Amino acid sequence: MIDLVGSLRRGWLNVTAHIDFPLLFIVLGIMGIGIATVNSATIDTSHRMLAQTGNLCIALVVMWLVSRVPPQKLMRFAVPLYVVGVLLLIAVFLFGIKVNGSRRWLSIGITRIQPSEIMKIAMPLMLAWYFQKYEATLKFRHYLIAAALLLVPFALVAKQPDLGTALLIGSAGFYVIFFAGLPWKVIFGLIAAGVSAAPFLWTMLHDYQKKRILTLLDPTTDPLGSGYHIIQSTIAIGSGGVFGKGYLSGTQTHLEFIPEKHTDFIFAVYSEEWGLLGNLLLVTLYTLLIGRGLLIASAASTLFARLLAGAITLGFFTYAFINMGMVSGILPVVGVPLPFMSYGGTALVTLFTAIGILMSINTHRMLVKK
Amino acid sequence: MSGFHTPDDGLDRFRFRLGVAAVVVLLAFGILIGRFVWLQIVQHEFYSTRAEDNRIALIPIVPNRGVITDRNGTVLARNYSAFTLEITPSQLGDRLEESIDALAEIIDIQPKDRKRFKRLLDEAKNFESIPIRTRLSDTEVARFAAQRFRFPGVEVKARLFRQYPLGNVASHALGYIGRITDRDLKWIEESEQTANYKGTDHIGKTGLEQHYEFELHGLTGYEQVEIDAGGRALRSLKRIPPVSGNNLQLTLDAKLQEITEKAFGERKGSLVAIEPETGGVLALVSNPTYDPNLFVDGITPDNWKELNEHPDKPMINRAINGAYPPGSTFKPFMALAALELGKRTPGQAIADPGYFNFGNHQFRDDKKGGHGMVDMYKSVVHSCDTYYYMLANDMGIDAIAGFMGQLGFGARTGIDLGKDDSGESKGVLPSPAWKKQRFKRPEQQKWYAGETISIGIGQGYNAYTPIQLAQATATLANNGVMFRPHLVRHIVDARSGEKRAVEPKPIRDLGWKQKNLDVLHRAMAGVNTEGTGARAFAGAQYVAGGKTGTAQVFSLKGAQYKEHSVKKELRDHALYIAYAPIDKPRIALAVLVENGGFGAQSAAPIARMVLDYYLLGKLPQGAANEDDAAVEAEE
Repeated sequence: MIDLVGSLRRGWLNVTAHIDFPLLFIVLGIMGIGIATVNSATIDTSHRMLAQTGNLCIALVVMWLVSRVPPQKLMRFAVPLYVVGVLLLIAVFLFGIKVNGSRRWLSIGITRIQPSEIMKIAMPLMLAWYFQKYEATLKFRHYLIAAALLLVPFALVAKQPDLGTALLIGSAGFYVIFFAGLPWKVIFGLIAAGVSAAPFLWTMLHDYQKKRILTLLDPTTDPLGSGYHIIQSTIAIGSGGVFGKGYLSGTQTHLEFIPEKHTDFIFAVYSEEWGLLGNLLLVTLYTLLIGRGLLIASAASTLFARLLAGAITLGFFTYAFINMGMVSGILPVVGVPLPFMSYGGTALVTLFTAIGILMSINTHRMLVKK
Repeated sequence: MSGFHTPDDGLDRFRFRLGVAAVVVLLAFGILIGRFVWLQIVQHEFYSTRAEDNRIALIPIVPNRGVITDRNGTVLARNYSAFTLEITPSQLGDRLEESIDALAEIIDIQPKDRKRFKRLLDEAKNFESIPIRTRLSDTEVARFAAQRFRFPGVEVKARLFRQYPLGNVASHALGYIGRITDRDLKWIEESEQTANYKGTDHIGKTGLEQHYEFELHGLTGYEQVEIDAGGRALRSLKRIPPVSGNNLQLTLDAKLQEITEKAFGERKGSLVAIEPETGGVLALVSNPTYDPNLFVDGITPDNWKELNEHPDKPMINRAINGAYPPGSTFKPFMALAALELGKRTPGQAIADPGYFNFGNHQFRDDKKGGHGMVDMYKSVVHSCDTYYYMLANDMGIDAIAGFMGQLGFGARTGIDLGKDDSGESKGVLPSPAWKKQRFKRPEQQKWYAGETISIGIGQGYNAYTPIQLAQATATLANNGVMFRPHLVRHIVDARSGEKRAVEPKPIRDLGWKQKNLDVLHRAMAGVNTEGTGARAFAGAQYVAGGKTGTAQVFSLKGAQYKEHSVKKELRDHALYIAYAPIDKPRIALAVLVENGGFGAQSAAPIARMVLDYYLLGKLPQGAANEDDAAVEAEE
């Protein structure tokens, strides 16, 4: 009997060996808020709460599995995942299914997949692997090659067109290069070049993308068109006030004034019902999440692990900031979901894969040392 | 601590960059929180209002328009509910024509319905529904209901329609309502009624309907409805019921009005009858009339053309818009002026040779050879022109204009018809001042003493509306106490039933001496017993004061007027003023028959019919006959 307790204990320890509990609790905290908000957003129509809870369960299993894979093994996936990812993106470019004017999906018989989702993980993985490989002999040309590795998938996704995802993939890659030590003068040089090339880039944007940026500057120019999203979501946030209108009581939400309310604009739903206090809680949770991720990166034992952890963590930041910024009307509307809040199984699996990688990096330090 | 692969400076650099990243993250989240504070604290009020505006729609509930009844409670204007088939064009877009064609398969839609729809479509505000068919039968409603699903953007609505149950009767007094046009919108705006007219699509266009628009309309109610982003009503939050418009009880006697209109028959003209003690209008006739029901849901172009282009001009309200020379009906007022101003005594007589010479112009009397010795009584009873040529000359134009102006001649009476008096004509009270303003060239502007002479017999520049003449007659009958003629006796509050009297006070007491008035009353009674009105009033069971009049339409330049030799439309206008009973008048009236010839011939018989009905309840048979024999008597 004693042995049974002992083996249960050992079993539990074994199962949870690679779980980082602080990270888990923070993420589950955000997920709890997210599922409750999905419930509020869909209670009148599609009832997505249970589906999102199911998605969470699957995602947690994926996280658990990934967390058990040591970083050295993860490195082996870097190149194949990246190559497959790029090939799939090319396939999308050639044979993809067009939905709402952009070609993002690839049909693989039984279901459709969105290869750009793979790139969100594959990109930092690949670049971290690359810098690890040339760690001792790092030259400036390696940054150039890394930039090329970054730009190919970025261009393919931007071409779909899916500006939001392209930005996420591009920023994830850029964070790796940044943490790998890209000289400051190059960074500032790039910023300067970017600013001066802005007018040229402007001409490259699709009309709808230009419109979104113009609409951000003055939403009232197109109140029934693309300005509508921003106007309605800012009304939702602003009318929420300090304490919010109360759970399930957001008028903007329940009278269907908020578009995409359980996905990209879920923050407007949350903010309307929970107010400024709710927002502070959510931003605090994201800050804790990012803080925990940066600590893990800081303590990581290999360059690969450090770069990967740092890039993934800043990736969460990028998602959260762009999404809340666009919903509250200070950034243009690009299709970026709010991590752990927005409804969607695929995105959740990707996010928890990333969490699993962070956990793996944090819990395999000792093993590497040995 | 670090592996041998990684130089310490590399790790330090990495950690430094992590620190930089952490600062960037905190800054970025700080900006976000700043934005939230801005939206949720500083701008909270603004966005709360926006959210409320978003979610709540006010659906106006149009009140019932007030009912108009005559003095005895006979309904002259009311509402009835009927189903209309309405299309919201904004919901149909290009498929509008197609939908109407499809509708025509199940519901009778005439070309005139399509035409009206097109016209309304051009005038329509955005997003409102426009009737394609009005007054659907129950069968049609059922047929449409069964096929409803085929016609998005088309619906059956229950609407209230205005109805004038007596048709043509009193149409010039009642006026009519029609759809609101841009001009009406301006009026509504200026009257600060815009909010109250949300949802209303008809408005008074003329007559009482227009004058009392804001009494009749009522207060629009509304329903506060929660709507979703698609504009669908989800639930009612609050309902403020509308308050029906106030009812009007008129001074008008519908039966008297109807009899009078019948008395005119095919003849053009006007009659205004007033209760002298109050100024209340008992009958206001302008013949020919029209059916105001034609206007209620938009008059068809054919009907409009017929009414508008008819040579008899039925749309003109002659009672307040027709200005006619008063002819001899002016004489009693001239006589009273002479007495009041001390220019004549009743017994002072003149010798009438049949003409009056002024300068090198001879003014003729109607009677060849003259009336002999004429005092004031005789001048009225036999309508002696020479007496009044002389009188006018003695009084002078300024005294005449002053006296007649006090009596209301040449000024709007302010009767409660139309909007801001704009529907009423002023007529012309001739005076040097008037002439100066009327004409441009200096030689035309000058008043000639010779022009005063014909003013004395109600000719020349004199031109007054029948309502002015009736008002003056009523004032005379009421011994100089003058009332503004008015049609509405009470405004009846729809909720409380409380009655508000419209014109309780006299506007002016002219302060005439009773002995002077008595002279006039006796003379005017004499007109009907032994003078020009004797034939028309033969056998009357009451004593009525009266005066005939004939107004020249066509100047014969000194030739003898032979009525049969002149074309009908050039015949003189016949006039008659009367009041009865003479000792305590209950009714005073003025009659004008266009091209009726002599007053005694066609106007006096109508007056007799009206007085017989009003005083004795005697119902006439059809139209009043022209009394050709009376012509000789007057001559």
